[in-house]
Amino acid sequence: MQAEVEETLKRIQSHKGVMGTMVVNAEGIPIRTTLDNSTTVQYAGLLHQLTMKAKSTVRDIDPQNDLTFLRIRSKKHEIMVAPDKEYLLIVIQNPCE
Amino acid sequence: MEIVYVYVKKRSEFGKQCNFSDRQAELNINIPPNPELAEQFVERNPVDTGIQCSTSMSEHEVNTERFEMESRGINHVEGGWPKDVNPLELEQTIRFRKKVEKDENYINAITQLGSIMEHCIKQNNAIDIYQEYFDDEDAVEVTDEAPSAKTINVLRDPQEIKRSATHLSWHPDGNRKLAVAYSCLNFQRAPEGMSHESYIWDLENPNKPEIVLKPSSPLVTLEYNPKDSHVLLGGCYNGQLACWDTRKGSLVAELSTIEFSHRDPVYGSIWLQSKTGTECFSASTDGQVMWWDIRKMSEPTEVVILDIARKEQLENALGAISLEFESTLPTKFMVGTEQGIVISCNRKAKTSAEKIVCTFSGHHGPIYALQRNPFYPKNFLTVGDWTARIWSEDSRESSIMWTKYHMAYLTDGAWSPVRPAVFFTTRMDGTLDIWDFVFKQCDPALSLKVCDEALFCLRVQDNGCFIACGSQLGTTTLLEVSNGLCTLQKNDKNAASLIFERETRREKILEARHREMRLKEKGKAEGRDDSLREEEPTFHLEELVTKAEDEFFNIIYSELKKKETEAMKKTKPKQPGLEADEEVEGEDLGCRASDGLASASERPVGGERGFSSLPDPPLHTQFGKAVCPLLKCL
Repeated sequence: MQAEVEETLKRIQSHKGVMGTMVVNAEGIPIRTTLDNSTTVQYAGLLHQLTMKAKSTVRDIDPQNDLTFLRIRSKKHEIMVAPDKEYLLIVIQNPCE
Repeated sequence: MEIVYVYVKKRSEFGKQCNFSDRQAELNINIPPNPELAEQFVERNPVDTGIQCSTSMSEHEVNTERFEMESRGINHVEGGWPKDVNPLELEQTIRFRKKVEKDENYINAITQLGSIMEHCIKQNNAIDIYQEYFDDEDAVEVTDEAPSAKTINVLRDPQEIKRSATHLSWHPDGNRKLAVAYSCLNFQRAPEGMSHESYIWDLENPNKPEIVLKPSSPLVTLEYNPKDSHVLLGGCYNGQLACWDTRKGSLVAELSTIEFSHRDPVYGSIWLQSKTGTECFSASTDGQVMWWDIRKMSEPTEVVILDIARKEQLENALGAISLEFESTLPTKFMVGTEQGIVISCNRKAKTSAEKIVCTFSGHHGPIYALQRNPFYPKNFLTVGDWTARIWSEDSRESSIMWTKYHMAYLTDGAWSPVRPAVFFTTRMDGTLDIWDFVFKQCDPALSLKVCDEALFCLRVQDNGCFIACGSQLGTTTLLEVSNGLCTLQKNDKNAASLIFERETRREKILEARHREMRLKEKGKAEGRDDSLREEEPTFHLEELVTKAEDEFFNIIYSELKKKETEAMKKTKPKQPGLEADEEVEGEDLGCRASDGLASASERPVGGERGFSSLPDPPLHTQFGKAVCPLLKCL
């Protein structure tokens, strides 16, 4: 089972344009990361708050609804956040056009 | 709200109350006026005071207190670690992490999230989902406003006896002035005492003409010299050509001699593109086109006679009603005739006979306007009888596009200098039509009733926005067209060229078909002739003669009979020998053509002349009559 997780994360990291992958838990603690510590901590802290906000926004508008995915496209790259009840999977990709 | 402090003072401690009472008026000081004091003063006359009629304003300065700002950075420190884990100790953190990774929830969560994430990553790699697709398209310049035009100015002929405005010319620079030629075009019906004057109007002052031009005979056409805006060329009713210099005054500066001028009113006069800027040419209904140099107006430099048979016979010449010259094609020019034929000529031809290149016929009456499309010079517009037609130089037998037959005669037409698919026409019932065949082909895009009398001439300003139309009573109306009709749309040029090409191709195909059918008819007719000839050599001379006479009379009688049957039947006449052909051709066009052409080949005399596009007049009208009702339903 754990091997699957490893494999998944490795596969994600190996995709074209992916700069970094990280898994963050509900408290903002980075569990798994491919980037350096300071960056990870920064991303974890900021994105966690943002995801919470986004989730609460969606729920406020329609209580039956829920946040499934969050994508932030910036000039340099795209930050993709997949939220779960307890964990957050964050991937930073540089889409090559 | 809680009370913080209470101020208390007794009423009696305040002071005495005021009691007001009335009193008589008292005179305190009385100073009477002392006239002796006035001598110390001098009366000031005039008195000037400055008055300013503006709102009084005051000036204040305000400055806020400076707000101090400093930029600081925040360093996120790891937090959220449970109390038993010390974030600084690597061992403990690693142990914590490993523990979490073993959690089943974690495994499920990651697997699930992983698949979602992968989908999005792949999506990103596949295409740029945030790409701007409609970035290049500028906002549509013209909204869907309906085309409209409004009258901005009306210039009335100040004369008592009204003449019609027969020609208009805009000033070449700035377009603030308009030269209008006034004359009476009714043959010999010009009223007594009609003034010969023509005017140049300044649009700023519509009440009075700015400059008066005084020729000896009323002017039919008037043109500004595009190179020198002070020089004007006028064609007179008596056939002379006159030249004015507005700096010199209102009398004619140069006049052509009567002996060498035209014999009929000069209906077309245009300045030529030359280095000296003094060359021009003119055309008239006497069948001649003359070239002039205004420095020497005593004689024309060149004369061309519009005889289509190319024999230079003035008697056979066609009268010219309109003239066309495009400066981008300096050696070619076109003449529109009274007989409804457009003659295309080459100025640089060696022999006079070669000057006439080809003819285009299709109008039933005089061609009042002739102009090449400013964007596609191969296509030109002609306006005459009740239609306006667009031709292509390649297709000589008929026009490529035409409007329906209107209720009133069309008097003038012009292309818009800005949009290739827009042209304007004026009618005898005082209506101005604006056509845009990229937008609508069967009707004008806009039809405006300008005035109650007939409109005789039309001129569009170079920017395509302003149109001037002259009417029968000498009133010139200035109209402004809506934006949509005078700004070039993006795909206008392409659309117009596509339409032209398509129509030209259609006409070519039809032409080829006609030619084939004609050849077939010729072949059949020749076959019959041959069989007759074979029998003759076996007879004696006298018998030959009687036989020939009999045959001749037989043919005449059969032709007469046919004419009678044709006259009785109103629509398609049926010829016995060619019925089969007519039934084979299914389409309308085919039937029409075979009718006309079949009757042409049946005639023993006067078959076809030099030009295949010139059928005999009676045939033409018959053809025309058959065609008219059919065209009406197009």
